[in-house]
Amino acid sequence: MAIDRDTVTRVAFLSRLEIEDAQKDAMTHDLSNILTFVEALNDVDASGVEPMTSVVEAYAPLREDQVNDGGYPDKVLANAPDRVQDFYAVPKVVE
Amino acid sequence: MTYTIKGNTGEWEVVIGLEVHAQVISNSKLFSGSATDFGAEPNSQVSFVDSAQPGMLPVVNKECLRQAIRTGLGLNAEINRYSVFDRKNYFYADLPQGYQISQLYHPIVGEGQIEIDLEDGSTRTIGIERLHLEQDAGKSIHDLDPKRSFIDLNRCGVALMEIVSRPDLRSPEEAGAYLRKLRTIFRYLGTCDGNMEEGSMRADVNVSVRKPGDEFGTRTETKNVNSIRFVMQAIESEALRQVKLVESGGEVQQETRLWDAGKGHTRPMRSKEFAHDYRYFPCPDLLPVNLPESFVDAIKSDMPELPDDKKKRFINDYGLPAYDAGVLVAERETAAFYEQVAEAAGNAKLAANWTMGDFFGALNKADIALADSPISARQLGGLIKLIADDTISGRIAKDVFEIMWETGKDAETIVEEKGLKQITDTDEIEGIIDQIIADNPAQVEKVKVNEKLLGWFVGQTMKATGGKANPGVVNKLLKDKLGL
Repeated sequence: MAIDRDTVTRVAFLSRLEIEDAQKDAMTHDLSNILTFVEALNDVDASGVEPMTSVVEAYAPLREDQVNDGGYPDKVLANAPDRVQDFYAVPKVVE
Repeated sequence: MTYTIKGNTGEWEVVIGLEVHAQVISNSKLFSGSATDFGAEPNSQVSFVDSAQPGMLPVVNKECLRQAIRTGLGLNAEINRYSVFDRKNYFYADLPQGYQISQLYHPIVGEGQIEIDLEDGSTRTIGIERLHLEQDAGKSIHDLDPKRSFIDLNRCGVALMEIVSRPDLRSPEEAGAYLRKLRTIFRYLGTCDGNMEEGSMRADVNVSVRKPGDEFGTRTETKNVNSIRFVMQAIESEALRQVKLVESGGEVQQETRLWDAGKGHTRPMRSKEFAHDYRYFPCPDLLPVNLPESFVDAIKSDMPELPDDKKKRFINDYGLPAYDAGVLVAERETAAFYEQVAEAAGNAKLAANWTMGDFFGALNKADIALADSPISARQLGGLIKLIADDTISGRIAKDVFEIMWETGKDAETIVEEKGLKQITDTDEIEGIIDQIIADNPAQVEKVKVNEKLLGWFVGQTMKATGGKANPGVVNKLLKDKLGL
């Protein structure tokens, strides 16, 4: 399956990836190749098989409702590019 | 009584669906062990999972599943023991993962329905499409710095239940009643505190308009409205906007809008062109949830009486009108209080009237909560018992009530101390009436022509007895004596 340049531009925007215009043709080509490769799966007869969310036949382990984490704002904020007191500070986002 | 909007081309019907986000009551978050308390110091309740540090894995909190199922049972809904978490992808500063973990394809709760109570005492059934669990986002604070927004992730990862209604609501009033009913159910079950001011319950409002009988029109979604009153206002203003737009030849765009409480109208979101491409897919970090039947059964066996069942019981067992029963069951504490009053009073109807009338009135006036009332349920019941067995008149009871409110004493003690017992002794009342008749010959002549003046005599008699005469006895004696 081939995808076009516009799709690449759109997916890049949705993923917040900055892609130079010059890169877009190559990217379009690569992504199309990947999709074509994966399309081999279409040859498998999967009728009657429920879509799987995991290849492991296991279910989610559950946690008891206990507070046993958090309480370390300095660690959480250690890599923040900018902070004010114990807040992350980010460029203004106003809706 | 259908709610419609009058346009230039006739009546328009409003179609409303609500998506309610209700914060789950749990000690820790949906996928991590951080605390969920409201109002803690910024970023003090954040783990590496909540702040989406690389390599961290979510683990499902069992209690959040229980709370969702409990709520589902309260919504008379189908419970799905098998459910799956998906990623909903979008970028925002207070969502460090870059996606919200939610449940799109296999929600934990399926279709249900609730009854809403309308002001005229009637009820309507509103369909529930689904309830799913998802993570809440953090909080952005925009007004502390001119150039920067501050982010607090304490709320990030707290469990939310999103409850999606069918587009069954037809007026702002119905939407208000629906939200109140949901809140009542949450509070009965202890699954969400329903506090809209603190943001633990928020609504997205879907509105469209159509000519009665037509297909649904195109809807808009107004996000994150945070009070029942605002939801009702947003519906009205948005429906009006759509009617004007369509009647002037325009077309409603399916879009996300925001409620501007200050201006009292909705406005389009600036980023709307990108708002609807979430690219959902099953979250690879989480295996599907598969609960044993015993898990659900244990919750079922532990359900409290639900508001609708309680309401029916109040109507059937206590003989209350539907409206009164609805008011009394709205809060679990109020219903429990009323039941104690009714028991102590031995007269359920009178107990309902007093609880909802004088008692609620006094609480409102003093602006205090039921839990802080100076009069206990037993005491209020005691007062009503004295009215019910004719020890005191309703009129005197109001005075006694005020003294009880001031002093916290029992009604019986006050009546005893102040000698307020009703005079039912016919001889005593007769003597007083004879005196009044003898003293007012002119009035006696008039009342024979104009029977309405009987009220004047009743008033005089009550005055002479300090309000203690039994009004029934007074009326009967006066009529006899005056030959009416």
